[in-house]
Amino acid sequence: MPRMDRVRGNQKVKNPHKLLLRLIKYVLKYYKFRCIFVVIFIVISALANVRGTMFMRQLIDDYIIPIVNSNSNDFSSLLGAILKMAAIYAIGVFSAWSYNRIVVGITQGTLRNLRKEMFGHMEKLPIKYFDTHAHGNIMSLYTNDIDTLRQLVSQSMPQLINGFMTVVSVVVCMVMLSIPLTVMTMLTACVMVIITRKIGGLSSKYFIKQQSSLGNVNGYIEELIEGQKVVKVFCHEQESVKDFIKINDELYDAASNANKYGNILMPIMGNIGNISYVLTAIVGGFLAINGFGGFTIGSLASFLQLNRSFNMPVGQMSQQINFIVMALAGAQRIFDLIDEEEELDEGDVSLVRAKFRPDGSIEESIARTGVWAWKRHNDKTNKDDYRLLEGDVVLDKVDFGYEPNKIVLHDIEVHAKPGQKIAFVGATGAGKTTITNLINRFYDIQDGKIKYDGININEIKKHELRRSLGMVLQDTSLFTGTVNDNIRYGRTDATDLEVVAAAKLAGAHDFIKRLPDGYDTMLTGNGANLSQGQRQLLSIARAAVANPPALILDEATSSIDTRTEKLVQEGMDSLMKGRTVFVIAHRLSTIKNSDLIMVMDHGRIIERGDHNTLIAQKGVYYQLYTGILEAT
Amino acid sequence: MLKTLLAELKEFKKYSFLAPAFVIVEVFMEILIPFLMSKIVDRGINQSDMKTVVIIGIIMIIAAGISLTAGIMAGNFAAKASMGFAKNLREAMFRNIQKYSFSNLDKYSTSGLITRLTTDVTNVQNAYMMIIRMCVRSPFMLVCAFMMTCIIRPSISLVYVVAIIFLGTALFFIMTRAHKIFKEVFKKYDDLNSSVQENISGIRTVKAFVKEDFEIKKFNIAADNVYNMFMRAEKLLVSNMPIMQFTVYGCILSISWVGAHMIVGGTLTTGQLMSLFTYTMNILISLMIISMAFVMISMSRASGERIAEVINEKTDLAAPLDSINVVKDGSISFKNVSFAYKSGRNMCLTNIDLDIKSGETIGIIGGTGSSKSTLVQLIPRLYDATEGEVLVGGINVKNYELDALRSSVAMVLQKNVLFSGTVRENLLWGDKNATDEEIRKACKYAQADDFIMAMPDGYDTKIEQGGSNVSGGQKQRICIARALLMKPKILILDDSTSAVDTKTDAMIRKAFTEEIPDTTKLIIAQRITSVQDADRIIVMDDGMINGFGTHEELLKTNDIYREVYESQMKGDE
Repeated sequence: MPRMDRVRGNQKVKNPHKLLLRLIKYVLKYYKFRCIFVVIFIVISALANVRGTMFMRQLIDDYIIPIVNSNSNDFSSLLGAILKMAAIYAIGVFSAWSYNRIVVGITQGTLRNLRKEMFGHMEKLPIKYFDTHAHGNIMSLYTNDIDTLRQLVSQSMPQLINGFMTVVSVVVCMVMLSIPLTVMTMLTACVMVIITRKIGGLSSKYFIKQQSSLGNVNGYIEELIEGQKVVKVFCHEQESVKDFIKINDELYDAASNANKYGNILMPIMGNIGNISYVLTAIVGGFLAINGFGGFTIGSLASFLQLNRSFNMPVGQMSQQINFIVMALAGAQRIFDLIDEEEELDEGDVSLVRAKFRPDGSIEESIARTGVWAWKRHNDKTNKDDYRLLEGDVVLDKVDFGYEPNKIVLHDIEVHAKPGQKIAFVGATGAGKTTITNLINRFYDIQDGKIKYDGININEIKKHELRRSLGMVLQDTSLFTGTVNDNIRYGRTDATDLEVVAAAKLAGAHDFIKRLPDGYDTMLTGNGANLSQGQRQLLSIARAAVANPPALILDEATSSIDTRTEKLVQEGMDSLMKGRTVFVIAHRLSTIKNSDLIMVMDHGRIIERGDHNTLIAQKGVYYQLYTGILEAT
Repeated sequence: MLKTLLAELKEFKKYSFLAPAFVIVEVFMEILIPFLMSKIVDRGINQSDMKTVVIIGIIMIIAAGISLTAGIMAGNFAAKASMGFAKNLREAMFRNIQKYSFSNLDKYSTSGLITRLTTDVTNVQNAYMMIIRMCVRSPFMLVCAFMMTCIIRPSISLVYVVAIIFLGTALFFIMTRAHKIFKEVFKKYDDLNSSVQENISGIRTVKAFVKEDFEIKKFNIAADNVYNMFMRAEKLLVSNMPIMQFTVYGCILSISWVGAHMIVGGTLTTGQLMSLFTYTMNILISLMIISMAFVMISMSRASGERIAEVINEKTDLAAPLDSINVVKDGSISFKNVSFAYKSGRNMCLTNIDLDIKSGETIGIIGGTGSSKSTLVQLIPRLYDATEGEVLVGGINVKNYELDALRSSVAMVLQKNVLFSGTVRENLLWGDKNATDEEIRKACKYAQADDFIMAMPDGYDTKIEQGGSNVSGGQKQRICIARALLMKPKILILDDSTSAVDTKTDAMIRKAFTEEIPDTTKLIIAQRITSVQDADRIIVMDDGMINGFGTHEELLKTNDIYREVYESQMKGDE
């Protein structure tokens, strides 16, 4: 297997601006008009808000004080003003509701699109991707990273826009009231931003530390819980607790620091705001009392309100920026998946059902004939050429390595004639599974040729190639659904009768009947309620229902005990009859009757021949067979 | 549930009190500051009295300083308290899991336990932080701010009463409905994620059967469902903000109107009016936060319950009846033993009677599901017999100290596990005081010394998680050596040489007979060659002893044994 990358990147994002832009573009791609409306509504809402703050000044300066001074009791002008404000506020509330409503749609829609795109793309990635990335890490793209993106799109972005709008309009108002006071307010805001950056930096340092300790703790828990029964048998409980406490304490240290810095940010922001307020009051009071530049007491009251309206979003925005930087790491990982190159498929030969014409030539057939043919469009004659699928597979001088400079298979020569059973045996790591991975093009060869009925497999469409090769793998994967669904996975249009027939062939029928709901029993969690052996039987049934022209069995019966295997044997034999079959098994009784047995060692075929020849040779196979050598 | 969880606060209890205390100081200052602000306007600016402005300003800066300090302290203590709480919860669960019996373990799935130790703890930890910060801060803020408005003008506070009732009802209504939908959404969301999980681990099957498009279509439908459900919940929540704004604006306008009259009437100052506006925000935002916290806390309830369940689970192996801590010898007897994994379920073992002498080698053979493993697991008391008695060294296993019994009965499980660490560290599990010499001796018996010495760092070679860098047979041999290091009176191998070649297998058995003749050996195997030269062989079938005797006897008298023998020997002619 290729090297696995187990560490989940905590690395800093290289190009945050570019990445953010890409994310915005991604959102805009589907929701351009909605985004425009969001911005418009945010602007209206922010303006209404600022207008509200300005109203306080007017309320005192323009309405209350004149009434007090004139000693009249005429509140009609005030009533008018309040009604006007009510209208403005109403517009503000409506805009706020509108943009929130639209943002929700955009967020959820974008997440849905991203999920679909990620999944759709993931399904098309080469096997290599899955072999080189820890499955837990791929999984967390769909959970953790998508979740942080949700916060980014639904909260941070609108808050940034909203904050920005508020700040701009507040600044305009402030400048209109008093330039020196504005400058002062801005200066304290700068202090705020600097402190946020500092604390944010510290916090994210500990945050990264927290993540890696969390990884350690999770890893330890996973390993120990998995091996809990061994812990018990060896009375190792005390030691495990001792080790656990150590790493648990480390996590506590990192986590409490990370959260400490997160927690203290708000009080710091708020109180710098308070200090800014006091300074403004003192300086502004001085200006107003001395009547500099027509600065009135009402203006000061109003400016003090603006000061608050200014400090709040500045504090929020600088916090959001910290968050965005962290969230972008998640976005980076998601886009990394989306940018991963899809499996290439340059083939033009496809697989079709066929029937023989009276003259012996082949034509395409819609009915299920049991006869298959390779079809290729011939550009010269502008006609389709057909070639009968026979199952003749040739590996010619094949070299292969998971990494270009580390060859693990050397000079593999195999010729499987139609209907032959070819077996691969040898120790773990000898390269048996690797060969089958090359035949169905899970991996592409480095050098040499693989031909299927004389056609280079690179020229066959990948889907068609794989459809022609049934596979039963050692690690059975079952999917959430009924037993029926899982067997039918091999061929979606199989009838119930065909499903039962396949199950009988695989020897699975008996135990399925004994399940609570028979064929309709729901399987969850990769068939957690079935034994490994039962799952293998289902997997064989699945291949049987697919009825493929050729088969690859990779340790397909390894978990079935010898007695049951004997019962299944007949079914297996009839499944293999008339097909080209590649078998990998460490239980040599399973492969004894193969037409050709390849003994592999360190990526080379060291012996070949049928059982009797190899036994007579008294070589490695003989030693394996008589149990002198370990077979797994 | 709460009692169980809170009992784990322990040394972090003081932080859990300190944090809210400082939060209260902070809130107090935050209430004081707008009050001072109004004084600056009324006493200072409106009277054109710069001295007062400066004095109150200085007081305000001091107040801000206190508030800042209290805020930092509160944040710090809250972090310590909640992270510490989480730490203790993990530890408590882990400790208790170490006390679990096998049947306790069977009750929980491995992944279920892992989720409880990780995700669930995180949920509770976040909720706890919320409780000691927000849930102290917001109600207190609400009450204080409301009291301040009462002090300024009791009649105006009526406006707030109306506002609070209005907003409170609206939020309660929205939140409870949204909460219900969210619960459903998260279930659907989990389903979606588990289908991703299936696809990742089953990708070879998907590709081999050319099911990519089928899976994509399935996933898209599920993704659309999740989208629709989320939208339903979010559409409700969207009204929160506007309703909040509506209330705030309503308050501001009505206070403006009423306040203006009061100012004209001389019963209110402009400065007071300004601070009333500030308190409006304080009161209503607090209310909003309370309602949000309420939902988040109720969401973490389920996590809390799951954690409490693990902590409260009592091991179902009854305490030893006596405290015998020496196992005399390796004799084993079963007296009319029956066993079921769960009471009321079908018996997996019925009426087992056995007598095994100390030092005997016993082979056990039988098909899958014939309860071979179940039988031997009763010996080190991994499970308790449902009926009958199991005796080791002539004494009922229930009378031994558990550690004493288990360190005399070494068992190599069918599901072998090596832990990350060096080969030596793994071997030391058997006996942590073992000398290098003893370790090598055990490995020689288990036929593991040669290949370990051939590894790059010999006994200090790192074993990767799950033992992925050794082959199946090598792993089994290390596990056997690990068990030998315990110098047990009884050694049980549960199908532990299945991946070992027959020659090595024979050499291991030979070493057993020659080097540890006094140890009783029980060997479960699929291969007949692994058991045929044992002193006696047990043939298990469907939870019962079908035959018990020597190889020759069984060949003559036992059909199952003969059938297995013939099916395996036919190939070996």
